[in-house]
Amino acid sequence: MNGGPNCGKIFSVIKLNKQKFRYVELVKELSLTDFKLKYQGSFLGYLWSLAKPLMLFAILYIVFTKFLRIGGNIPHYALYLLTGVVFWMFFAETTATSVTSIVAKGDLIRKIYFPRIVLVVSGAATSMLTFLLNFLAVMFFVLVNGVPVGFRALLLPIILIEFLILVVGVGFFLSSLFVKYRDITHIWEIVLQGAFYGTPILYPLTMVPAPYNKLLLLSPVAQIIQDARYLLISTDSATAFKLLPLKFVWIPYTLPIIIFLLGYQIFNRSAAKFAEEV
Amino acid sequence: MAKKINTQIEKPEEESDIAVKVEGVSKVFKIPHERHTSLKSAALNLFNKREFEIFNALKDVSFEVNKGEFLGIIGKNGSGKSTLLKILAGIYVPDAGKITINGKLSPFLELGVGFNPALTGRENIFLGGTILGLTRKQVEEKYDDIVKFSELEEFIDMKLKNYSSGMHVRLAFALSINVHAEILLMDEVLSVGDSNFQQKCIDKFEEYKRDGKTVLLVTHDIGAVRQYCDRAILLRKGKVVCVDTAEKVADKYIYENFEDEEATGLNEDAGKIIPGKNAKIAITGVSFLDEKKAPRNVFQAGENITVRVSFENKANIDKANFALGLYASGGQYLFGVNTILDKIDSSEAIKKGFFDINFVKPVLNSGTYYIKASIAKNGFSQGSIYSYVDRSQDFRVMSRTNSEGLLSLEYHWGGSEPRLSR
Repeated sequence: MNGGPNCGKIFSVIKLNKQKFRYVELVKELSLTDFKLKYQGSFLGYLWSLAKPLMLFAILYIVFTKFLRIGGNIPHYALYLLTGVVFWMFFAETTATSVTSIVAKGDLIRKIYFPRIVLVVSGAATSMLTFLLNFLAVMFFVLVNGVPVGFRALLLPIILIEFLILVVGVGFFLSSLFVKYRDITHIWEIVLQGAFYGTPILYPLTMVPAPYNKLLLLSPVAQIIQDARYLLISTDSATAFKLLPLKFVWIPYTLPIIIFLLGYQIFNRSAAKFAEEV
Repeated sequence: MAKKINTQIEKPEEESDIAVKVEGVSKVFKIPHERHTSLKSAALNLFNKREFEIFNALKDVSFEVNKGEFLGIIGKNGSGKSTLLKILAGIYVPDAGKITINGKLSPFLELGVGFNPALTGRENIFLGGTILGLTRKQVEEKYDDIVKFSELEEFIDMKLKNYSSGMHVRLAFALSINVHAEILLMDEVLSVGDSNFQQKCIDKFEEYKRDGKTVLLVTHDIGAVRQYCDRAILLRKGKVVCVDTAEKVADKYIYENFEDEEATGLNEDAGKIIPGKNAKIAITGVSFLDEKKAPRNVFQAGENITVRVSFENKANIDKANFALGLYASGGQYLFGVNTILDKIDSSEAIKKGFFDINFVKPVLNSGTYYIKASIAKNGFSQGSIYSYVDRSQDFRVMSRTNSEGLLSLEYHWGGSEPRLSR
């Protein structure tokens, strides 16, 4: 008879997982629908999502190699820049749209129960889909340029997962705060504007003088971009591992997890009241 | 730390006859007087005590629903019906109390939740179905049934924004009935769609009944509660007034509504007193009294009603003709008498300042009625009328029976026991 309650417990865990799985389906359906809707009716469809970073890249490339002549002496500067721009745009767009992810679906929240987290995750998943397609485009340019891709590129998925954790974590923060404080959307725009220049996207980190380059690398976004360049393009990329002293190197890598967990906490605490406040 | 909320939604392991158990559930909405939706105002008011309007949407609500039971939830607007349903669905979290749900619960209250107008009918079935908790595979299995039930085969690849509202509702209903749940929550679903569609709803309702599903139905339609619900609960200002058979609760609800209307005053134009040319006596009011001589405006069918006409005798007249007519609210003349024809001596009444007429067990059915009253010298020619009330305040009669019409008569269907239609 001792096995009885235990068996029940195991059974209920399985049932719970089945329940959770249902919500995975919901994330899938919502994000695919959003993806479809985003490009519905436009002639070029998804290509617009590729065109945006490519345009920005083209402008920056001309300005920085032809006018300012900064990137000229860096090998594969174009790819450097392209990687940075694609990664940055994913971060900026996903977090900016995540701000309103709860409020925009207020109608749904007031009428039906499902874990509210689904909305943030599915929003991030939609952007991730676009990002992965853009990333394939970057890969294509990498191969066309004849960059020797080493086995270290196999580590890229780890970086991408770290990136996703960071983006979703920030999304938790922003979306739950926005329900109460509608200033968040403007504040975040300004933060992004500053962060664009505080992240080594346009300029190589090697050009930044000593204490500042280390400081910049404490940001997980900078670390992710530098690591991606290292893994994909050139081992010259100044990564956190190379630049930061050992006692600080864990900071950018663990920050996404800390942000995710904290954001999750805050989100869950306020989620119960979303239906009333939204 | 946020305060711990002592609320849990439990799923009991053992089999039980109870589908839903609600114990002491309360819900408070804090409505800030001036909502701080920006950081600036929040910062400026950081040290001020924030003022809230406390709205007790639900206060210590407890009830149980048995498996296979249809429970109606009725009450006026703002009584907490929808809040209760939203708490059961998990949309709101209660501030106190415990909810036990035993069985698969439908998580939605309304039709067409999550539909997107920019998508086609087909795409919306998949999107809506997943939001209602189905997997894509389950939607695929039921897809044909859903389309067939909605009768939208030709339009299924059309975008939802091009649907008529009727088509929209049909699609939503077809989808929602294919989400299999043991306990269903419904908020005013019966009030949508055309009569053809409502018949479909009713058929589905009866099917649910046969299948032994548990339904919690929020509605204003007392007829639906009487017809489909086994029991009902009546909410008033967030509190449970009563939980009883649907019949009794429906009666109570109607009676309460009447009483509320009584308090607010029914008919502002009514009761206007028209002085005659010869206004030596002026009517000052018409009131309705029950057996205890307490003024009321609502009576049960068959209850004795006393009509009292008060007046002021300005010229110390010692004799007059009192006349009174009973009318239905539609203006039908039902009954009329006067003291001269009845050879009643009015000299006693004239000293008291009012006259009464008692209707003994009136045969009035459910409805609204009023009085015309006049005081005259003798006849009712223009010159002889002292004072005149064309339409008094309304009074209402409510009956518990199914009979229609103005009269509540004793009757029997050939051979059976005689019955009174009250």
